[in-house]
Amino acid sequence: MAFEGLAERLQGTIQRIKGKGKVTEQDVKEMTREVRLALLEADVNFKVVKDFVKRIKERAVGQEVMESLTPGQQVIKVVKDELTELMGGEQSKIAVADRPPTVIMMVGLQGAGKTTTTGKLANLLRKKYNRNPLLVAADVYRPAAINQLETLGKQLNMPVFSLGTEANPVDIANQAIEQAKAEHQDYVIIDTAGRLHVDNDLMDELEQIKSNVNPDEIFLVVDAMTGQDAVNVAESFNEQLDVTGVVLTKLDGDTRGGAALSIKAVTDKPIKFAGMGEKLDELEAFHPERMASRILGMGDVLSLIEKAQDTVDQNKAKELEEKMRSASFTFDDFLEQMGQVRNMGPLEDLIGMLPGANKMKGLKNVQFDEKQLSHVEAIIQSMTKQERQDPGVMNASRKKRIAKGAGRSVSEVNRLLKQFEEMKKMMKQMTNMQKGKKGKGMKFPFM
Amino acid sequence: MSFFQKLKEKFSGDTGNQQEAQPEKYKEGLSKTRGSFSSKINDLVARYRKVDEDFFEDLEEILISADVGVTAVMDLIDDLKMEVKRRNIKDSGEMKEVISEKLVDIYYGDKDEEPEKLQLHEDGLSVILFVGVNGVGKTTTIGKMAHQLKQEGKKVILAAGDTFRAGAIEQLEVWGERAGVDVIKHNAGSDPAAVVFDGIQAARSRGADVLLCDTAGRLQNKVNLMNELAKVKKVISREVPNGPQEVLLVLDATTGQNAMSQAKTFSEATDVSGIVLTKLDGTAKGGIVLAIRNELQIPVKYVGLGEKVTDLQAFDAHAFVYGLFADMLEEETS
Repeated sequence: MAFEGLAERLQGTIQRIKGKGKVTEQDVKEMTREVRLALLEADVNFKVVKDFVKRIKERAVGQEVMESLTPGQQVIKVVKDELTELMGGEQSKIAVADRPPTVIMMVGLQGAGKTTTTGKLANLLRKKYNRNPLLVAADVYRPAAINQLETLGKQLNMPVFSLGTEANPVDIANQAIEQAKAEHQDYVIIDTAGRLHVDNDLMDELEQIKSNVNPDEIFLVVDAMTGQDAVNVAESFNEQLDVTGVVLTKLDGDTRGGAALSIKAVTDKPIKFAGMGEKLDELEAFHPERMASRILGMGDVLSLIEKAQDTVDQNKAKELEEKMRSASFTFDDFLEQMGQVRNMGPLEDLIGMLPGANKMKGLKNVQFDEKQLSHVEAIIQSMTKQERQDPGVMNASRKKRIAKGAGRSVSEVNRLLKQFEEMKKMMKQMTNMQKGKKGKGMKFPFM
Repeated sequence: MSFFQKLKEKFSGDTGNQQEAQPEKYKEGLSKTRGSFSSKINDLVARYRKVDEDFFEDLEEILISADVGVTAVMDLIDDLKMEVKRRNIKDSGEMKEVISEKLVDIYYGDKDEEPEKLQLHEDGLSVILFVGVNGVGKTTTIGKMAHQLKQEGKKVILAAGDTFRAGAIEQLEVWGERAGVDVIKHNAGSDPAAVVFDGIQAARSRGADVLLCDTAGRLQNKVNLMNELAKVKKVISREVPNGPQEVLLVLDATTGQNAMSQAKTFSEATDVSGIVLTKLDGTAKGGIVLAIRNELQIPVKYVGLGEKVTDLQAFDAHAFVYGLFADMLEEETS
């Protein structure tokens, strides 16, 4: 995709700030501008963006960012915090009626994925909650919509209620519930026809179904690729029907999905599920946090930052950075750093979270074997204090002793020593790059 | 009175009663604004006294809210600002030329301002392949187009190439029945390329003029499915001279910036020759097609303005650009 994530967008500004040591209001303004652009490119509605950026600005010109040592990251963190807050917590619960059946109504625009989601939801109810749902084909308008639901019912081996295309959707819904009661089916999922939110007749029809069947849930099904119009759609449906939740479909595509934020902002209804594929078991609980990262287009660098903040002792990290700069990095530091990084989780995951990490020479296609890390630890731990501080004293007999102590071969010890020297060189390069004006130096949050 | 309020007054005089249902109004706009768009833009600008930041901010918001895309909008605004400086434009009167030029320019570039028609064989079989993501309205568009082509006296055959989605074949059959054209189908789950192949053979032996090939909706980041589509296209190219005559990407007007990615990826796989922009009868504007045209040179050939068969209409850039502003005009006075 041609879009840049927020992190990349902020790079330029951050680079400049670094040289200055103090963040001005102008800098904050520039950063919030980038935030605005990133959100707009992700299809967040411009009005929602406006409000959002205003709040960011307020927080950013306050102490939080301007007095922070890492203003760029702080801005990202503030944005992420606000975004996650706006998106709300995770909520994938489905209502249960006091007296069965529980009635769920699926509503939305044409082509959003209501019928497919109806099938997926029924599947989920049976698999996860051990329920026994009845699918109701109330889309009498689109050619073969009933047929589609019936086919899904066959695939799932679940009953589908339909009265053909001549029946009134309100009657269909009413009768379906009677049947569900008679057959002791505890969930009824009504698949309604897709309609435009500005089509008054059809919107009235939904209201009628609603007032007749008294649904426990009304799910608004929205295509994750929806653009600026998401607010209009969500607002209209919510105003007329007071929906209880949102299902975001086609999230397995490569859209940023800013519509999620727009919808949440205008309706304040939880996004409960996400469609993640064409198969009937590909409906997942919606993760607001992941969505926030996705909208910002930053991989999971945010959770990486958080992880780092949680696990890395800030003072030690500073010390480490100093050492790297002065190239006085020792095996002790290496061990320490390894321990801290490992605390954050599997290395491959961490590398994967770094934007642009796979473009870095040393990291490309590296397979990390956790066992190997343990071996490395063992080798270092078999060194004397002196050896750790100054690998230069190493000779053949020392290497032999270390290998024996670690239970590894001498060649492995040799390899580690070589790698360590190379790493030191690389660090020097990286710190030099960071000092340079436009280098692509990466600042690890834990360095 | 604000700029847009005035603008709306100007427009409402021509577009009739604003209380009309949305689709009606839009169509009204479509038919009536054709040809007079530039003069309206002129009036629009003339009523705005000063060309200042507020003016540009308003313009920016209109365009962004129509999904034109942030980069394209910024570029346009920058262009306009430059022009203002270069020509030393202070009052809005002189602005009118610039703005109307630039807006339609995004779409047409240096090309002729002619609506692009379907490229069909005069004699012999023409094949049109329909592609797009899930739920954009491929099958519906085929149904409508089949109807229209038949009205024009062409013999049309449909190939039910969506063998994946439940009920897709039946859906196309219903459309075939309505339009009174034959549908070539295999069982659900069979190879779409084989269906299309059979469609071509049937079209040949029955002396059809046009074969419309439906395909299953697919998200453009699914490499396997895109390869499958490329294969379908290869079969057509092999069987029909210069075929397919058209590869139409169906885009949902409610789609945001992802439409660009769709256009790019589907073009790579199937060499898209035109776009059908559906669901324009809602409040969505589909402004991203401006950027798509600008960046990928893919023209919009048809727009979907409603559920009726006749609601599939040839694209008109002037009417479309007018549509980008329609809501703004209403908001200002309400």
